[in-house]
Amino acid sequence: MRGRGARPARGIALSIALAALIGGMAGRAQDTAGGQTSVQVSQEGKEVYEQICQACHMADAKGGGAAGAAVPALAGNPKLADKDYPITLLLKGRGGMPWMTDLLTPAQMAAVINYVRGHFNAFPGTVTEADIKRVSSAPPPVRECNTCGM
Amino acid sequence: MLNDITPQTRRDLLAMIGKVGGGMAMYQAMTALGHAAETQFTGPPNLSGARPGSTVLVLGAGLAGLLAALELTKAGYKVQVLEYQSRPGGRNYSVRGGDTITEVGGAVQKVGYAPGNYLNPGPWRIPHHHRTLLHYCKALGVELEPFIQLNHNAFVHRKDAFGGKPQRYKELATDFKGHVSELLGKALNAGALDAQVTKEDKERLLVAMREWGVLDANMKYSTSLAVSAQRGYDKAPGGGTGGAPTPSAVNGLPDVLDSHVWTQMGFYFSYVMQTTMFQPKGGMDMIGKGFFRQVGKLVRLNTKVTKIAQDDKGVTASWTDTVTGQTGESKADWMVCTLPTTILSQMEIQVSDSKKAALRALPYSAQVKIGLEMASRFWEEKDSIYGGHSFTDQAIGLVSYPNYNFFKDGPAVLLGAFASGAGGYQLAGMTPEQRIETALAQGSVFHPADYRKEFRNGASVAWSRMPWILGCCASWTEDSRAQHYQNLVSMDGRIVLAGEHASYYGCWMEGALLSSLDAIKRLHQRALAA
Repeated sequence: MRGRGARPARGIALSIALAALIGGMAGRAQDTAGGQTSVQVSQEGKEVYEQICQACHMADAKGGGAAGAAVPALAGNPKLADKDYPITLLLKGRGGMPWMTDLLTPAQMAAVINYVRGHFNAFPGTVTEADIKRVSSAPPPVRECNTCGM
Repeated sequence: MLNDITPQTRRDLLAMIGKVGGGMAMYQAMTALGHAAETQFTGPPNLSGARPGSTVLVLGAGLAGLLAALELTKAGYKVQVLEYQSRPGGRNYSVRGGDTITEVGGAVQKVGYAPGNYLNPGPWRIPHHHRTLLHYCKALGVELEPFIQLNHNAFVHRKDAFGGKPQRYKELATDFKGHVSELLGKALNAGALDAQVTKEDKERLLVAMREWGVLDANMKYSTSLAVSAQRGYDKAPGGGTGGAPTPSAVNGLPDVLDSHVWTQMGFYFSYVMQTTMFQPKGGMDMIGKGFFRQVGKLVRLNTKVTKIAQDDKGVTASWTDTVTGQTGESKADWMVCTLPTTILSQMEIQVSDSKKAALRALPYSAQVKIGLEMASRFWEEKDSIYGGHSFTDQAIGLVSYPNYNFFKDGPAVLLGAFASGAGGYQLAGMTPEQRIETALAQGSVFHPADYRKEFRNGASVAWSRMPWILGCCASWTEDSRAQHYQNLVSMDGRIVLAGEHASYYGCWMEGALLSSLDAIKRLHQRALAA
């Protein structure tokens, strides 16, 4: 399902993107419309949020659902103070949330993280493409987020 | 005399087995002889001899849970099923007029389809080799009808091809095949492949390219009546004085390449996409309802499980009734848990750390389906399209036409979007009204004169916003399979998981059923050994 028609991830995230692509190929046994779309994701943080993130986190970034079946809020979320936290989530996914390496480039990831940290929160500092690359290539490999901040 | 009982040939043997043992015995024998190894289904499990009074608690009344309840009951267990929703079936789901769709975030859609019309938001087509599902459909009296998968007369649209004008699949596919054949012929005749093929194979390939590609005497792919006999005519053959047809003009190679038609041609080669395909008459949820007719009395609906515990004596699920607010506990000796991992990973559940890690390692996809009800079947009446799919590179992915009630007057529901990937997220992020508007705008490329004019009403299901699952299907990678799959499916004390996520047929009903059969077989073995 993933990555069909999406702009392929590039640069330093290539190894991750490759892994995801291979996974995507393996997952092609899943049902799809057929063919490939040419849907483009914006380079601009606000639009990336609207085109991708709000499918689950909602337009107001307040998440939703009920206890035990919840989508976390991004608005007013203190975990986002650590800018490596959202980077890790976009690179690795967590729980039901997929990694975004096959949908977004490092530049798009940085843009949307800055939008979420600045617009829906008031955290200082700017995430750059270099930050994405730093986290994605830092030894040890990007930590699994299976146990972080559930 | 010996001939009466000794089969002379493999065919005789198979015929004999078929007579004596029925179709399933024959199928197993064929598999053993190296034929038809197309499924791991070996027939219903025929479990028996459960210890008197032993009990199983099943969580989730989707297909995996309902099948577990059916077969474990036959084996002699006392079974209870807890289901969060007010209906059985899970993702085996059809939306009809009068239904309400409530999303995370509070958006509510009241579905306005006419009686008899429906949208299958989840599974919608059944491959002919999904033998588990086909077996239970037959056993449960679920009537199947053909699903029109490959329609040569439907359209292919790409924004950057043919000025955005949709082309018929048969025209593009014939042209692609013809041009590729011509090029291979040229390469062969130029000697470019002499090192790769023998002289004899070269001759045979040239014949193959000429015949398969419908090339002319000069090995060129060009406009002709012979080519039109595949891609269609400008003026179709008729009768009498004006009966002679005129050919249609073939497209040039660059235009054909612009269309990316090979992606659709390749799609139809996929194992799970090959004809023959089926759908239940009246909606996909007929399958869940078929199971429910058998085991419905065991199912407690509107029951939200909040906690799962186990010890060496048994299992306990804590729950809340979503209608009355009543809380309670259900206990049993064993548990089959079919809840999706989007939910399970948020729940307090007493299983090993490695299984918990597996539960948190499965992202779910975010598909969107949209059903548009049209006042008439203009695609049949004007375009001679009866079922099948028109493809587009826009977010909606396709328009798919209903496979039932052909030629009928009155409103019909077509599938106005099957979006995944970036397109799926885009549509899911919209309000229901925005989704319908987008589907109308994008789908209009195929039927510009009628699409908006004939539109009556629509409904969408954005799986990432369905509060009971928060996604469509589990997504595995080779890495996550290696790291987590066995940990996910392993029996953990008295608990075993099942569902499409616990299979290598992810996202298919067949995977849910095969997973459930494997789970209950292991549970039964463990229970007898305990």
